[in-house]
Amino acid sequence: MAQYKLVKFTLNGKEVEKMVDVRASLTDMLRNDYHLTSVKKGCEVGECGACNVLIDGEAFNSCIYLAVWADGKNIRTLESLQGPDGSLADIQQAFMEESAIQCGFCTPGFIMTAVEILETKKLYSRDELRKLLSGHLCRCTGYENILNAVEKTMKRRLGIPVE
Amino acid sequence: MSIVGKSEIRVDAFDKATGRTKYYEDRMPQGALYVRIKHSEIAHGFVKSVDTSEAEKIKGVVKVLTCFDAPEIDFPTAGHPWSMDPEHQDVADRRLLNTHVRYWGDDVAVVIAEDEVAAMQGVRALKVEYEPLPFVLDVQKAMEPGAPVLHDNYPDNILKHTSVRKGNYAEAIKEPGLIKVEGWYDTPTVQHCHIENHGCFAYEENGRITVVSSTQIPHIVRRVVGQAIGRPWADIQIIKPYIGGGFGNKQDALYEPLCAWCCMQVGGRPVRIDCSREETFVSNRVRHAIRFHITSWIRPDDSMAARKVDLDSNQGAYASHGHSIVAKAMGSFPQLYPCDNMECDAYTVYTNIPAAGAMRGYGMPQASFANDSNIEECAHAVGMDPVEYRNKYIMPQGYFDGFSKNCNYYDSHRECLAKGKELIGYDEKVKEFAKDSGPIRRGIGCASFWYNTAVWPIALETSSNRMLLNLDGTVTMQCGETEIGQGADTAFAQMAAEAIGLKSYKDVHVVSCQDTDTTPTGLGAYASRQTYVAGFSIRQTAELLKQKIFAYANKLTRQSEHNMEIVDGVVVRKNDGKPLITLKELAMTAQYNPADSEHITAESTFTIKNNAYSFGCTFAEVEVDIPMCRVTVKNIVNVHDCGSLINPALAEAQVHGGMSMAIGYGMSEQLLFDQKTGRPLNNNLLDYKLSTVMDHPDLQAAFIENPEPTSEFGTKALGEPPACSGAPAIRNAIYNATGVALHKLPMNPHNLFAAFTEAGLIHDEWQEG
Repeated sequence: MAQYKLVKFTLNGKEVEKMVDVRASLTDMLRNDYHLTSVKKGCEVGECGACNVLIDGEAFNSCIYLAVWADGKNIRTLESLQGPDGSLADIQQAFMEESAIQCGFCTPGFIMTAVEILETKKLYSRDELRKLLSGHLCRCTGYENILNAVEKTMKRRLGIPVE
Repeated sequence: MSIVGKSEIRVDAFDKATGRTKYYEDRMPQGALYVRIKHSEIAHGFVKSVDTSEAEKIKGVVKVLTCFDAPEIDFPTAGHPWSMDPEHQDVADRRLLNTHVRYWGDDVAVVIAEDEVAAMQGVRALKVEYEPLPFVLDVQKAMEPGAPVLHDNYPDNILKHTSVRKGNYAEAIKEPGLIKVEGWYDTPTVQHCHIENHGCFAYEENGRITVVSSTQIPHIVRRVVGQAIGRPWADIQIIKPYIGGGFGNKQDALYEPLCAWCCMQVGGRPVRIDCSREETFVSNRVRHAIRFHITSWIRPDDSMAARKVDLDSNQGAYASHGHSIVAKAMGSFPQLYPCDNMECDAYTVYTNIPAAGAMRGYGMPQASFANDSNIEECAHAVGMDPVEYRNKYIMPQGYFDGFSKNCNYYDSHRECLAKGKELIGYDEKVKEFAKDSGPIRRGIGCASFWYNTAVWPIALETSSNRMLLNLDGTVTMQCGETEIGQGADTAFAQMAAEAIGLKSYKDVHVVSCQDTDTTPTGLGAYASRQTYVAGFSIRQTAELLKQKIFAYANKLTRQSEHNMEIVDGVVVRKNDGKPLITLKELAMTAQYNPADSEHITAESTFTIKNNAYSFGCTFAEVEVDIPMCRVTVKNIVNVHDCGSLINPALAEAQVHGGMSMAIGYGMSEQLLFDQKTGRPLNNNLLDYKLSTVMDHPDLQAAFIENPEPTSEFGTKALGEPPACSGAPAIRNAIYNATGVALHKLPMNPHNLFAAFTEAGLIHDEWQEG
């Protein structure tokens, strides 16, 4: 019954290919075939943002994106941020330092949207950041420290002093 | 030597920031079979038959089990410690699968399949024949004569009724000149909405069953699984990995018993149950919707002569935590605003909605909404500033509760109120907002709350701990208390490092994941108890470990073990501070000494016979757009006296999360049911309105650090309290802005429209103006 298709794409900077079930979501493929545990399942219908990854630089809920659509795309998950020596990206460090992490389940999704925001190299107001981050649900943090982590990293990258 | 009291980075932050932290699904064994549950599609009735023939034909389906196959064993699910007294044991009213279904979403049958799709198709192919029965969703209607009966042994649907009687209410209200302040206060059914849904998997090994589960309470779940499947408790091993939030939902045995039983039915092969978000909303647990009726009698001198409080708690279909929640809610009334003449009655009532269990605050967000709404109305009735009114009548310093033996050692409430007032700029804003008279009005409101830290003397309070001195001089520690996102492991590491005398909290490796085969027995994350109770066993075990270290150091250094202490990981001579031996050197020598080898460990259990008050308040500032029936929270401040802070940054983060939950409770969250069928209407994260980052102002958390005298580290409850007083503070701000006293949560446009219309505030002039 199941049909399989070869899906070739760039995953975290590396060319990969695998036969996947055409019914599978990108979340399923990334978790089951590539063992990327940062891709979380919180609702599987695009409501919570826990499965968020970057597809050609744009944030997507991978749970409502078919695995076969990934063909030819450049996909980045949270795993891509860590350097080969294990070092963390500034935004990961900021999440740690700002106490923006509690249960950790929404964290990867939030960080990848933060990456999308930071890569625009634009300065956003706090309210604009709220809107840009509003596709993610978190029940632990009240969003306060997440917002602080993103705002501070944005300012640091733009050379704006942060207190 | 102060490792506690510092804002250290969480011990689990690095792994969580990289996404490599393993939750239950990340530990899934290869080839685990998928279990999907067929849920009832009626609110009440009997299953007459389940036709499994079509489901069994589906390729990949391994087994179909129905309510007619399940054992006839009734078991309790609440995450309470076992009581040796049968009178105090939780109500056992649950079965793995049910022929008598009691809510839309009850568990009827399961399909076990090799893949997820086959399991889902199998569930869809089941044909269930029901004999529907009348159902009841409303708590008060469920108590009326002739209401549908859910459980035969509770013919009036009343699970339990308890009362508080103080003074003589009936006589007291005869006093002339009393002002009556009376109201209904209605709270909604809401859900925990941890971002990781509950799930678990089970497999057999050496004739025993292991369940790996997203739970807050591994040791309690072991007992419940044993009870439910009729096996000795020791036959069960529960492993709790990192979990994606719990908030009380996972303080219940959820699908672990069913998962273990399904595993047994397929010869011990690994099976998995993964709740969908839709199932999590309906077929896990919810917060009790409690309806309050309060009558307060105020004397002309503004003191309170008498008070009557009725609490009707909607239990839903199964007992779960049952009456303990509304009992705690009721218990707060005589204490928070003491009054000489009180009459309180609490009822917990079965209805045909999802089972209500523990949820952050355990009855207190409900009680705080009702109590502080009514208190606000009392202040208005006597023309007094609401904060002044609270200052005058709230629990005074020195207040002692004979039952819990708790004492308000400091003037916590008034200190918190004063700080909140200052932080939000109360006096200036009250003056400024009083000028508002148009369609947009601003207001400020506050609310206080009452909380207990632990569960003694209602139930057992115990904490066990094990420490092992590693060869590098660090310490590995196992606690029965669980990390569920709140930062417990980090607090424990800080407390242990301080108690032992290590250089840094990083020198303590907390074994985060509990395994009932190897972790010292603990009760788990609930009641905001963990930092308090773990403090006792950490201190005691650290002392034992130090005794062993000093005894060995005595052999190596000739110095008296009574003249030693550990400073920054070095054993020093107490009298002059001379370094004697590092812990690393000592551990290596002890382990590899051919003449006298010792593996230095310590383990102990502490039985806690204390409890502690934890108090605070919320101040909220709102802007009300009357014609649009829309409220914007502009500013919100929580002030807590939770004793000494172990980690101020994490404490603040904990408060933010609770404030967010309180804003959702106040403004937008409500699980809705179709009144004609009992079907849940919005059991998903799109239609159920959880706050997003756009729905909050910046959240401000502040602390009054009065050290708790009974606590090893001066701490008291912080996990749940932040969720308690936010909704009534917002409600009182709206009241002060508009003069409209709301009596129902959530305060969404739907409910505001009704209230504003009734108050005559919705009229055409707004449009003309």
